[in-house]
Amino acid sequence: MGWLVRWWNNPWRAPRFLWIITIGYLLWSLVPVLIAVAFSFNDGRSRTTWQGFSFRWYWGDPESSVWADPSMHTALIHTLWLGLLATAITIPLGVAFALGIDRWRGRLPSGANFTMLLSFVLPEMLLAVALFFLVTQVTTPLQQGTPGQVAGLITFQLSYPVVIVRARLLTIGKQYEEAAVDLGASSFGAVRRVLFPLLKPAILASTVLVFADVIDNFVIVRYLSAGADTETVSIKIYNTARAAPTPALNALATLLLVAALLAVAIGFLIYRRFSKGEGGATDIGTFAGEL
Amino acid sequence: MLKYAPRRRRTALLWPLLAMPGIVWLALLFVLPLYVVLTIVFGQTDPIFFTPIPVWDPLQWNSAQMQYVFTHLIGPDGFYGPPFVRTAIYVGVASVLCLLIAYPVAYFTARLAGRWKGVLLILLIAPFWISYMMRMLGWVNMLQTDGQVNAWLSLGGLFDVQVDWLNGKAITVVLGLVYGYVPYMILPLFAGLDRIPQSSIEAARDLGAGRFGAFRRVTFPLSKPAVIAAILLTCLPMLGDYFTNDLLSANPSTSMVGNLINNALFQPGQIGQAGALVLILLVVSLAPMLWYVRSTRDEGVKS
Repeated sequence: MGWLVRWWNNPWRAPRFLWIITIGYLLWSLVPVLIAVAFSFNDGRSRTTWQGFSFRWYWGDPESSVWADPSMHTALIHTLWLGLLATAITIPLGVAFALGIDRWRGRLPSGANFTMLLSFVLPEMLLAVALFFLVTQVTTPLQQGTPGQVAGLITFQLSYPVVIVRARLLTIGKQYEEAAVDLGASSFGAVRRVLFPLLKPAILASTVLVFADVIDNFVIVRYLSAGADTETVSIKIYNTARAAPTPALNALATLLLVAALLAVAIGFLIYRRFSKGEGGATDIGTFAGEL
Repeated sequence: MLKYAPRRRRTALLWPLLAMPGIVWLALLFVLPLYVVLTIVFGQTDPIFFTPIPVWDPLQWNSAQMQYVFTHLIGPDGFYGPPFVRTAIYVGVASVLCLLIAYPVAYFTARLAGRWKGVLLILLIAPFWISYMMRMLGWVNMLQTDGQVNAWLSLGGLFDVQVDWLNGKAITVVLGLVYGYVPYMILPLFAGLDRIPQSSIEAARDLGAGRFGAFRRVTFPLSKPAVIAAILLTCLPMLGDYFTNDLLSANPSTSMVGNLINNALFQPGQIGQAGALVLILLVVSLAPMLWYVRSTRDEGVKS
């Protein structure tokens, strides 16, 4: 008993319980996903009993593999397409907006800032229903389908680059830009040649974040979809998860996961190139911290 | 003086020019849709097709839809009541469970993990790169009657466990919500706990506080704003969640407000009620939302 009391009273003992809780949490949070990935390689139709390794559900099966089933690969392609379109518009729009409301003083920009923060915390479901009403109940040029989905995704994601870029602007401060203007740069030139390079890591981080978030989106994309042609992977999972699907559904989800991880990996490699000159900040932890 | 005049004017123009596209976008696709919700909730209904007719003028609004929803909240005809109560209970229990899991994990990663901090942080962020639907799909598979969960519970065939987890079990839905939203709680908590200066905790220990005393009197009070923000960031999306329920239960006995809205949206003639329910959720979440926006904005000003 003595050693137990001494161990308990030792003020510098290792935090064993917290280690156990943390490891337990990580197992709980990641193992179900790893099992789902594993069963995408199952040779049989079961998603619960292992029947040998194969790529049958990726391309082997002539009917229901991801490669053979049009509804499967259409969903994957459409998801990635939405990711590219929405990211390509959200990032420039958001970065310009962040710069603008950060420097422009007055009622309108501060009101816009408030609205942007509101869009950041508004539950996604509420925004999705509101956009659904706008598109279906009011006569607007915007229709359900790809344009509606992209517009909705941009609205939902716009706050991410703005919040990230503004946080970065705060740490950069105004001195570099003022120095550039003192040395004869126009304010546009100062933004382009001084501020923009300094903002690159933040822009890159928000690009990766927005892309990964868009391809995982479900609520907005579903309400603004126009039938089977504009179904995404997440809608496909929602529609078929309970209806006795084959492991092809797991394969489809795994492919999307690979796409997201690829985006993060590519983002990290570019990030490392960017910050080489700045020294130090090259491990994935700081990149993750940027997000 | 004259030489500089054009440049100054251009400076004044650059920032509004940069901000304008975003402002127009938010006005057309964020503020306007929210107003459209009001025009439909307080608008007219076509007497023949039961389709809603938006009314744009607030002076001509009528509250029939709201009255309909409110009269069906409580009383003998109150079929909207149970889902509201269920939502409050499920979200409340799930948030408490989330916090009980998230706080120790975030605390450990931020303050005690040492050289493992980077690796742990990546693993904690990993669920963000995995589609929510895929994470739920994992559980749908494991919770099948012949799935892994029942197999583990049978302790290798010792008992015959045939629990039907995926059919109207409240515990499955609550644990599903916890599983889905816990990552969103860990990150703000981590950020808050990571910011507490080590020196203030060391000072507490130097002055004689034990590790629990220092936690109770220094670390925890300092982390309170992060705790509130984290609860908010998980509770608000949970309020409108319907897909976790649909995937893990698909049974009216566990349906939440989100399910009511989702089902009403695709019933002809119930669009207005869906709007009214959305409006109620919006009003409920407005106060916490404004609190969050104000606190983040003030923080930006301070630093």
